[in-house]
Amino acid sequence: MVTLQDLKRISDYEWEIPQTFRQDMRVPVRLFSTRRMLEEVMKDKSLEQAVNAATLPGLVGHVVVMPDMHQGYGFPIGGVAATRLPAGVISPGGIGYDINCGVRLLSSQISLEAAEPYLDELATALNQHCPSGVGEKGAVRMTEAELEAVCRQGSRWALMQGFANEADLRRTEEGGCVEGADPTKVSKRARERGRPQLGSLGAGNHFIEIDLVEQIFDSQAASLMGLEQGHLAVQIHCGSRGFGHQICTDYVQEFQGAVRRFGIHLADRELVCAPLNSPEGQNYLGAMRCAANYAFANRQILAHSARKAFEQVLAGKMKDWYLHQVYDICHNMGKIETHTIDGERMQVCVHRKGATRAFGPGAPELPDEYKTIGQPVLVPGSMGTASYVLVGTKASMERSFGSTCHGSGRLMSRHEAKRKVRGEQLRKDLESKGIHIRAGSMAGLAEEAPQAYKDVDQVVEAVVGGGIARKVARLRPLAVIKG
Amino acid sequence: MKPEFGFREHAHTADWELEVWAPDFPGLLEQSARGMYSISGMHLQKKGHRVETIRLHADDAESLLVSFLSELLWLEQSQGVAFDKFSIRVDDHYDLLAELEGSAIASIDKDIKAVTYHNMAIEASLHGLRVSIVFDV
Repeated sequence: MVTLQDLKRISDYEWEIPQTFRQDMRVPVRLFSTRRMLEEVMKDKSLEQAVNAATLPGLVGHVVVMPDMHQGYGFPIGGVAATRLPAGVISPGGIGYDINCGVRLLSSQISLEAAEPYLDELATALNQHCPSGVGEKGAVRMTEAELEAVCRQGSRWALMQGFANEADLRRTEEGGCVEGADPTKVSKRARERGRPQLGSLGAGNHFIEIDLVEQIFDSQAASLMGLEQGHLAVQIHCGSRGFGHQICTDYVQEFQGAVRRFGIHLADRELVCAPLNSPEGQNYLGAMRCAANYAFANRQILAHSARKAFEQVLAGKMKDWYLHQVYDICHNMGKIETHTIDGERMQVCVHRKGATRAFGPGAPELPDEYKTIGQPVLVPGSMGTASYVLVGTKASMERSFGSTCHGSGRLMSRHEAKRKVRGEQLRKDLESKGIHIRAGSMAGLAEEAPQAYKDVDQVVEAVVGGGIARKVARLRPLAVIKG
Repeated sequence: MKPEFGFREHAHTADWELEVWAPDFPGLLEQSARGMYSISGMHLQKKGHRVETIRLHADDAESLLVSFLSELLWLEQSQGVAFDKFSIRVDDHYDLLAELEGSAIASIDKDIKAVTYHNMAIEASLHGLRVSIVFDV
């Protein structure tokens, strides 16, 4: 068990679990957090899971954990780890079941004053246009050939079907399509689960939210992103649905045998892995990229549906109701990137599980309009609290493999949240604050109550204080749609 | 006194953790399935009786447990069926034959994404066997 005494303080916002903490650690663990938040996190198994992650073969630098960390399975949520190519490992459990779960932010020229009479109608229209809930089918029905095209092309497929514009793709991580997807490595079961679900939100912590841009911290960056104080924005949070869940399930099972063949000793069986240059590693990489592209297309279709909802309610009532893409980011991914580690440029596979890529200014991967400010990072809060728009920094490239936090992070178990919060009462409380709620299940709503999450202001303070992100804008929820 | 078999939820920050116990391994598989259905808030339809036979093989007991529950999740999510009667046999080589009876799902509250191997170890106890299972939700 890790205690505060085991941690080495680097700064008020950065801490280290040294490699000497446990004999099987291959690298140290770096934590971006305040002392107060660390004391809280000691109550669950996040740090133990981070130490376990630090035992994987081929790791370089250090395992990084973000301030929104909490206990997951295998890796902690908020974990980042990089393994060196060609022989470092890739771990499906270190990426997660909801492959390329992520967030998209859309901006608008709609002022709160103009939109206020229509907010309830907008919430209803979003709920109608964007299928959500447990087992809900998506807005698009696909043939097997179309699913393969989605796997290979991601958002580009959505563009060809009329669900996107060029700016949407340009302002999406990887342009909405990770190269190297191989649909032949995806099981029949994953395909069967994936075909009916494209264009659906799902349930759990996934949501669509109408927000108000409440505060601007960096007017130049906000202006480049199209964010204006007092105007509406829309966030979409979801991933690769049953398609990604099944791909991860298949490979976690298959890799149980692979670790024995490769003689890899694991601290936790959920950390199963295979060398990136092995047939097993390459097969998973090909399949995972299919799920990543599916998730990009999924959020793109939901963005298209959100635009239709806004058009239905606002067309004819105001001049410009269009929703413009700000950016789309991934939370759960394994990506081949080049980083400088201990002074050496090298290709690594960066596992981000509940963490966001946050490349700094000048990164060639960014669209031209963001090259001077760094990559937009979207940090959703909980239903009743603020969300933030940040940008990556030069320091994030040096200290966290170009990564930062992904949300506010859970504090309370779902069981405890349901015990303490009544869904119906929560809806009333949120509505009394002027937040319009559409939820498929009151029990599900209670599990996602704002009090079940950490204080997003503190999370953002820790990453900004640690230098791995800069603040651009703060958003406040006006309407929330949950499955 | 703790009953001979059963399951109960434990607090887990992000996901669902279930402790399951039973006198023997087939019983542990059955209780795990019942527990998984319970935490997902599953209710079956009264009509539309469904019978399913599942055959699985694994290299060890934990892998067989994850495979069995994953198979039930697959049937739930692809065909909309779940089961409330279980007849399960497992031989010494971890070959499983399960004959299940159930029906179409009437309603379900929670989407379980996957059954994980996180810290999974089936242990012998005074009452038989016990295991903790973490589900990704």
